[in-house]
Amino acid sequence: MLEVKNLSMRFGGLLAVDGVSLDVQEREIVSIIGPNGAGKTTVFNCLSGFYKPTGGKVIFEGREIQGTPDYKISRLGMVRTFQHVRLFTQMTVVENLLVAQHRHLNTNMLAGLLGTPSYKEREQKALDRAAYWLERVGLLDLANRDAGNLAYGQQRRLEIARCMVTEPKLLMLDEPAAGLNPAETKELNQLIVSLKEDYNVSVVLIEHDMSLVMDISDRINVINQGKPLASGTPEEIRHNDDVIKAYLGEA
Amino acid sequence: MAANNMRHALFCAIVTLIISFPILGLSLEAKGVNITLSGAKTSTYVAIVLAAVAVFVFQTFRDTFMGALGKLPNFNPLAGREPMEQTKRVKLESWLLTGIVVFALFWPFLVSRGSVDLATLVLIYIMLALGLNVVVGLAGLLDLGYVAFYAVGAYTFALLSQYTGISFWMALPIGALLAGLTGMILGFPVLRLRGDYLAIVTLGFGEIIRILLNNWTTLTGGPNGIGGIPEPTLFGMEFGRRVKEEGNTSFHETFGIAYSGEHKVIFLYLIALVLAVITALIIRRFMRMPVGRAWEALREDEIAARSLGLSRTAVKLSAFTIGAFFAGFAGTVFASKQGFISPESFVFLESAIILAIVVLGGMGSQLGVILAAIAVTILPELAREFSEYRMLIFGAAMVLMMVWRPQGLLPVRRIQITLNKQG
Repeated sequence: MLEVKNLSMRFGGLLAVDGVSLDVQEREIVSIIGPNGAGKTTVFNCLSGFYKPTGGKVIFEGREIQGTPDYKISRLGMVRTFQHVRLFTQMTVVENLLVAQHRHLNTNMLAGLLGTPSYKEREQKALDRAAYWLERVGLLDLANRDAGNLAYGQQRRLEIARCMVTEPKLLMLDEPAAGLNPAETKELNQLIVSLKEDYNVSVVLIEHDMSLVMDISDRINVINQGKPLASGTPEEIRHNDDVIKAYLGEA
Repeated sequence: MAANNMRHALFCAIVTLIISFPILGLSLEAKGVNITLSGAKTSTYVAIVLAAVAVFVFQTFRDTFMGALGKLPNFNPLAGREPMEQTKRVKLESWLLTGIVVFALFWPFLVSRGSVDLATLVLIYIMLALGLNVVVGLAGLLDLGYVAFYAVGAYTFALLSQYTGISFWMALPIGALLAGLTGMILGFPVLRLRGDYLAIVTLGFGEIIRILLNNWTTLTGGPNGIGGIPEPTLFGMEFGRRVKEEGNTSFHETFGIAYSGEHKVIFLYLIALVLAVITALIIRRFMRMPVGRAWEALREDEIAARSLGLSRTAVKLSAFTIGAFFAGFAGTVFASKQGFISPESFVFLESAIILAIVVLGGMGSQLGVILAAIAVTILPELAREFSEYRMLIFGAAMVLMMVWRPQGLLPVRRIQITLNKQG
């Protein structure tokens, strides 16, 4: 469903991403790994429209979307999280989820001001969907807390829930396990697999935690210094000499 | 530590002397064509020295003083109490607010004309502050040129009444819509700007409007302003002694009561009250709607908001437009109240005061903003006895307020939502 061909991104003299290609099928978890500064997050920023790539093509469900503005890309059903959690910290947990659902809501201002039945019905549906996902990530009891007051692991889960209420087809997670303890990482692991199995969402994952990556990925792409290094199943990557060299240095 | 304090204190005392001596200790007197410089009374000099000593002492023991200030809230009798239950609180609040509005409806019949006039001004500031609260408090866009939209509303009414003889009731929506449109036009070039940069551009925009009004003499009359702006009518009844417009009747003749100048003042007050209540209710609704949440999301984290499909353009423009719309509302009422407007009423200080109201009240909090509007408008009037020192008192009050309650009079309380457990 997502196909990236020869993607490159240049910042002045720096070629941060050079000829990266990857593809994601329906109900698949694809990971992007690589050493720090390899250009993984830059790839993400190009895919999600935060950067306009300088070369290459991004095709999502048969449409070329490179250079499309970020908010339009997310409306197509490609939603992302961030390396550093980005929540609306002074809003409550449930408000965070309502903001994300603005497209499912009746945004007609007059309907809202008058409180028409159709407006109320949609508002209620949005609340129910929010409740469902809060229950799913174990935050229902904290629904009216300020999002900024949650523990770090909870914030991570809320960010994923906030993506899921938009009913995406493709979820892009940028280091979701960063800063989580082993127990939380395990929970996250199960959550991501369940997103794929139960909600038919494809996942693109950037992650440093190798146990997580090897456990749940269907395929892995390795990037080094902006260039694609290898791609394949976890088993293939584990035994790839180039990858071992890039991670461990030459012997 | 102490030596450090001492040096700082000495410095502050000297600054006090340097600033206050030329201002208070010397006076210029015009004698014919010549201006002579003369000293002031000995008591003034003593006062200046005493002030410097006071500053010195305060700065030396600053830590102790500020520490004591910090402990003051402990004397607050409400401090230790549990917050009220959500449903109970909402009920109490709505009863209280209804009570206040009903009281405000009857209040003008009991007090003097001057008080009613001042209250009308307070209500205009409430409308302005509620509108700016949308832009600054909710959407987080620092707007220093807000008074421009107020001016657009006021001048729309003034010009239309001068050239086409339009009535207040017609001008009210037109003024507000035009102000809203101006807000949208300003919104376009500043879409990419945030924070300080946005503040500077809006500041410039506010000045452009004022200077335009000042210099386009053929249309706006320049610094001479526009007079003869009609007062509102009640179903075609005028409140003046004599009927100005053909076809209208006069209020006191229709009801067979003696003419009184107070009718007009009270009527204006009631209009302002109704409009202010409408403004508050509409914005309150907006805050609970998708658009209101989008404003706040944009304030909290623009990148995250965009990643969830919120269009920055739509959200920012809607905040600017709606904020400006209510400023236009207030401007029309203001023009009608004064009967005369000139660019002097729309200087930067006005923007600053409205912004101060929003910050003092607590960004985003409607009730806080309303309270602050009342306080900020009435305080200088109450302090009128102190004549030239009233702005000083006003400033000191603001400083103290920010030291004590940096979050504002009544900080925002998030709306609590009950969710039905799913599945």
